[in-house]
Amino acid sequence: MSALFESRDLVIPGDVLYEGRIRTGDNTHRSEGKVSASRIGLVNYNRDVVSVIALEAGFSPLTGDLVIGEVTDIQLGRWMVDIDTSEEAVLNVPDAIDAPFNPDIDMTRILDIGDTVVAKIVDLDRRRTPILSILGRDLGRVDEGFLMKLTPSKIPRLIGKKGSMVNMILNKTGCNVVIGQNGRILIHGRTREQEEMAVKVINKVENEAHISGLTSRVQEYLRILKEEKR
Amino acid sequence: MSKAKITTKKKTTTKKTKEKTRFDGRKANELRPLKIESSVLPNADGSAYIEMGRNKILVGVFGPREMHPRRFAKPNEATLRCRYHMSPFSVDPRRSPAPSRRDTEIGMVMNWAIEPAVFLEKYPRSVIDVYAEVLEADGGTRTACINAATVALVDAGIPMRDLVSSCAAGVIDGQIVLDLGDYEDKEGEADVPVAYLPKLGKITLLQMDGILPIKVFTDCVDLAIDGCLQINEIQREALKKKYGISEEAEE
Amino acid sequence: MASKSGIVSRLKRRKIQEVLGAGNRMDGRALDEYREITLKTGPMEKTSGSAEVTIGKSRVLVGVKVQIGSPFEDTPEKGVLMCNAEFTPIAHPTFEPGRPGENSIELARVVDRGLRSAEILDFGKLSLIDGSAVYMVFVDIYVLSYDGNLFDAAALAAIAALKTAKRPVHTVKAGVITLTKKTQALKILRSPLAVTLAKIGDTFMVDPTADEEEVLDARLTVAFDEDGNICTIQKGGSDGITTEELHKALELAQVKAAELRKHL
Repeated sequence: MSALFESRDLVIPGDVLYEGRIRTGDNTHRSEGKVSASRIGLVNYNRDVVSVIALEAGFSPLTGDLVIGEVTDIQLGRWMVDIDTSEEAVLNVPDAIDAPFNPDIDMTRILDIGDTVVAKIVDLDRRRTPILSILGRDLGRVDEGFLMKLTPSKIPRLIGKKGSMVNMILNKTGCNVVIGQNGRILIHGRTREQEEMAVKVINKVENEAHISGLTSRVQEYLRILKEEKR
Repeated sequence: MSKAKITTKKKTTTKKTKEKTRFDGRKANELRPLKIESSVLPNADGSAYIEMGRNKILVGVFGPREMHPRRFAKPNEATLRCRYHMSPFSVDPRRSPAPSRRDTEIGMVMNWAIEPAVFLEKYPRSVIDVYAEVLEADGGTRTACINAATVALVDAGIPMRDLVSSCAAGVIDGQIVLDLGDYEDKEGEADVPVAYLPKLGKITLLQMDGILPIKVFTDCVDLAIDGCLQINEIQREALKKKYGISEEAEE
Repeated sequence: MASKSGIVSRLKRRKIQEVLGAGNRMDGRALDEYREITLKTGPMEKTSGSAEVTIGKSRVLVGVKVQIGSPFEDTPEKGVLMCNAEFTPIAHPTFEPGRPGENSIELARVVDRGLRSAEILDFGKLSLIDGSAVYMVFVDIYVLSYDGNLFDAAALAAIAALKTAKRPVHTVKAGVITLTKKTQALKILRSPLAVTLAKIGDTFMVDPTADEEEVLDARLTVAFDEDGNICTIQKGGSDGITTEELHKALELAQVKAAELRKHL
């Protein structure tokens, strides 16, 4: 009945984290009464649950997630959208224009193949295919900016507690940043320098997400970048 | 380590009792120099580079991603698809870049070696591609590929039950030896590649070519498992190295 | 982030064009600036010669093997040079295992033509028994990571591998070929190097990234020897170029080829 590591220790798949009765949280599994890690990450012991904060993990879609994707195909009444899931997401016409599908609609005028969209996952169907919607504020086709990628499991660090990290990046770089839970990040600044600064800061989050004190280090890094610019 | 010594002492069934040094100067229970590095390919979801003796191998993992053609997808789990391929200049004389029957078979046994460690059921209908590219071959490529593929899978964030570690043992001049190099592989009486899940205690790759009494064969397996445990430590270090700064910074 | 589906992202195209409009590139480089280049010779021990080149995140390994084979029927007294390229599936998510696609065949062909036109070897000296046994020089280009501009990386790696290659030495007595313990350098007579330019809109730039290659309108690869002569040209892409553009492009490529040569 004991924890075999300390919280925030780096663990590897197969590492036994706990022997005895405890709930298995994210990225852990139970075998023969022991709880082991399933992914590389930082172990976290709570009172009644043990989990691993994954350092490497793909995107597992959940209802309510904001994602950024690319239209790859247009079919009858729906668009197929690549959001880095193993199954392409579906956007049905009623979830794009708030009106029933009508075969006279020229769908390419709403979204064409190769377009980038910011969307919300509103449902997962029986095959766990993500169903998207672009109805709502700040959703829909993206016409400006560019995309970069972050390991999806590090997105919570980029957002920070109640958005503290992303707000700091927004304020200090002057860029508009939209974060998709699927690890795609849309950046749009008024100048190229602003955008390059945002890219550098986000790369720092990618590389150092596992080290505590990230917020203050990013803050310091932003200050240095700003000074370099002057 | 201690287990290996016992194993080699046990070889009373074989003719020679005095341990000979091997042609490359290694002891019977000694691995070749081994180096593993993770996250080496910028475009793969996970990757690893391994040097095991003079073997030089890169492994890239892609996925879970959509299976094409779709009818090959399994409705209840992901498909693990290992591909083993050798560069034309990896051996002497040059080989054709077209895949051989041997390549196909090795891809298959890699699959079987690794599958039991992967939570495939978490990704129904998708495929996880594991591509091993042998840049230079020096005997025991399949075991080296499995070691690197495991590190690459963890690096890709694929959920795993355990690390798979793999190593061969064999018999040369009546002596049981660990981790055969190309020369030994060709000259020796037998070669037994093994893959092992240390935490689960399961053998997931087992092949043998040669003629051996049962006792000698099982001694080979024991020695190979001992090699796997040593390799397991090196795999763990390789995975942790990427985050090496953390442990110091945490203090 | 090249798309998996092979569809060119409009957003990406627009952004690259917008940044180019101001005379800049997405990664902050000047139009005539290469990414960081590294060259390592001899990484592979079982080859006659080898070299690995990285240009940014592109990485190409070339292995040279020299062995005995039969000459071509039309050149019975000459050695043989064979160039082959493989886009390994670990290099990019869109690369699939299997038979070489047209892109890898084009890469092998362009490098091969450069080496052949520059007459890098005295093939007449690579015959052991005229008509039946000659040295065959295999140049295998192995693409390990793709982020654009494989032509320049492959051409540089190929010539670097050839220049450091050592072939086996055989003796011939009464029609019997015997391998000696000696090795001998290949004696490379000329060193062609390729420079690739991309044209996006009306702007030309050197060393295109994968993103730039995805949206480019035209591509021009020019190989130069050390005297500044052109040995091979390959124009790609679906747009044309004017003669004025061609003159400017050749001028720039020649300067860049001389710069690349410093890595050899």
